[in-house]
Amino acid sequence: MTRLFVTILTLGLLMSSQAFAFCGFYVSKADTKLFNKASKVVLARADDRTVITMANDFQGDAKDFAVVVPVPSVITKSQVNVAENRIIDHLDAYTAPRLVEYFDSNPCQQMHMEMMMRAATLSDGGANESVMGLAKRAKSLGVTIEEEYTVGEYDIVVLSAKQSDGLLTFLNQEGYKLPKGAEKVLGSYIKQDMKFFLAKVNLDAFEKSGFTYLRPLQVAYEHKKFMLPIRLGTLNANGPQDIILFTLTKKGRVEPSNYRTVKIPSNENVPLFVENEFGEFYKSMFDTAVEQEDMKAMFLEYAWDMGWCDPCAADPLANEDLRTLGVWWLNAPAAKQPGPVPLPGQPRIMPVPQGGQDVFVTRLHARYTAETFPEDIALQETSDRENFQGRYVMQHPYTGVAECSGADDYYAQLPERFEKEAKYLANITGWDINDIRSKMQKNGQSFDMKAKKDPRPWWERLWANGDDE
Amino acid sequence: MYRIAINLKDARYYQIATLGLLFVFQLIFSDFGSDLKVLTVTLFGAILGQYCAQKYFSLPVLDLKSPLITSLSLTLLLKTNFIWIYFLAALLAMASKFLIRIGDKHIFNPANIAIVALLLIAPYYVWISPGQWGSAVWFGFGLMCFAGLVLGHATRIDTALFFLTSYVGLLLGRALWLGDPLDITMHQMQSGALLIFTFFMITDPKTTPDHRFGRFLFTFAVALIGFSLQFSFQIREGLFYALAIVCIIRPIIDWLLVHERFEWVTHK
Repeated sequence: MTRLFVTILTLGLLMSSQAFAFCGFYVSKADTKLFNKASKVVLARADDRTVITMANDFQGDAKDFAVVVPVPSVITKSQVNVAENRIIDHLDAYTAPRLVEYFDSNPCQQMHMEMMMRAATLSDGGANESVMGLAKRAKSLGVTIEEEYTVGEYDIVVLSAKQSDGLLTFLNQEGYKLPKGAEKVLGSYIKQDMKFFLAKVNLDAFEKSGFTYLRPLQVAYEHKKFMLPIRLGTLNANGPQDIILFTLTKKGRVEPSNYRTVKIPSNENVPLFVENEFGEFYKSMFDTAVEQEDMKAMFLEYAWDMGWCDPCAADPLANEDLRTLGVWWLNAPAAKQPGPVPLPGQPRIMPVPQGGQDVFVTRLHARYTAETFPEDIALQETSDRENFQGRYVMQHPYTGVAECSGADDYYAQLPERFEKEAKYLANITGWDINDIRSKMQKNGQSFDMKAKKDPRPWWERLWANGDDE
Repeated sequence: MYRIAINLKDARYYQIATLGLLFVFQLIFSDFGSDLKVLTVTLFGAILGQYCAQKYFSLPVLDLKSPLITSLSLTLLLKTNFIWIYFLAALLAMASKFLIRIGDKHIFNPANIAIVALLLIAPYYVWISPGQWGSAVWFGFGLMCFAGLVLGHATRIDTALFFLTSYVGLLLGRALWLGDPLDITMHQMQSGALLIFTFFMITDPKTTPDHRFGRFLFTFAVALIGFSLQFSFQIREGLFYALAIVCIIRPIIDWLLVHERFEWVTHK
């Protein structure tokens, strides 16, 4: 009844009057730890040129931080950069699943519509790393130190190796506590001609930098391999871990070619109390979705042209930030491509002048173990430019005075609508339906709402200067 | 007027049933699957192509099985945001069957060549999603494929088995060489696209060699080229390209190894 009345005009007015504050409002705090043991990775890629940005949410002592990343080629100093957390946080917020709010209009009056939008940023925990200290003796173990340098607060070493046992011994000697089974995985990477990118924190540089947290590490390379090496990380994980992968590409949506992609449930009405616990809601929903797929799928949370958003959970990233993340093609002339297609029921396109051209962002979220994701994630860029977002709608019933026959019809259909919302919520989160119903009642979403009558006698209303709506 | 012939001994009925069921599966289970509208448009293109070609070549019996199989394969494998591309793909597929021929056999499997052609000429519009089937559907579908082959036509089993043995052998060999667990090989095999490819494309008796040894050479070449394209060149659609490449040299195999020609239905 109401959503049909979301007009371009109404939203246009809203956007122009309060666009900035409107788009930047969060329900849950940005630092909420929704998903434990999660890592965030950004991959910008076109024509084999790849920039990988690894968010660093390491919570422990900086001296304990160490990371081993298999990379397809030797990485020199100029191929490494340290970015700011702000950019990844921004990308996270821009692509985050969002809660949208609609208000039913007075069933007795001409419809008008208000809409507000809120988004939850799904932040996550630290990576699983081990202690490290690295010396320069390696030859005897068949390990070659290809490169060694410091970038920002990180000391970086790039290794190549001939034998996995030599590499493992070397890493162990240098303080890397690699988990059981690492030797086989290292061996597999060696035979696939991969190199090993090692980073630890240079404490002096870290102190001088003045930062209190570790910044994201970026690596640029040109190689036809488009994949995410996850196998080393699954070895020492206690239980499942999460990865949130953001990709920035030219052509369209990115998907794993060796795992199933599933869209996260979206675009349905949820009870109003979800606003108070949006983080919990999303977490339960994700848990349920993962369970339904036996932890064997990657979930699509967002796929959109970076030039706009609707509704915006945060402004699209500025060109400068996109370039920092590795979108090297931004200044190139725009290739002819099919334009963005709004979702069914999506009212309008909001072009954002600051946004980049020909940048398509995909946000994929997976929870996995070594059993359910035995193989590294092979990725492919598709030509799919259809937009998708995790979007949940709160539709507020009309609570003002309403006196007409239409009002009774309106209130008569509300219980059914509320029940549908309750069932949907129970279905996607696994929450108990009775708990949901009672929470709805407590939150003012009563199943026996009646039309509110004007308490004044009719003659007062007749001559009063109409404070009716 | 055309008449439509039905002969239940024809293996293609089993193929249509299996592909049809898979289409229903992906309607229910896949978020990125094709819908009935896509199937209708594809089917329309394929039947139109078949009809025009048969009229042009004055063939009396309108064959609906081949357009149906091609349409279902295209609908299940090819992905695009533009529905007219399915129409184009179906026309291309049917046209290839009648126009690209040597002797009395066509060179390419219709659905395969349409996919390869579109991947090459319209990379900004089409793609293939090899990983879109869950493992439960995969196992069920695999069983159905085998059952269909056994019930349908015994001469085609060898092609499927030759290919699967070669391809899985290469995957296993790679895993052993890398020291990877067998889980990885198992996981690599669990692709719906691989099953459609194995049971509905490479097994097409009209585009495979007539001689059994020829079929072995043919399938091994497809497996080897596809495997190399996938793992050395990182081309995810490697198998589809491989089949198209090997189909080009298939007439040479037929010329070297002469054998009785395959007919879908033997009339005695």
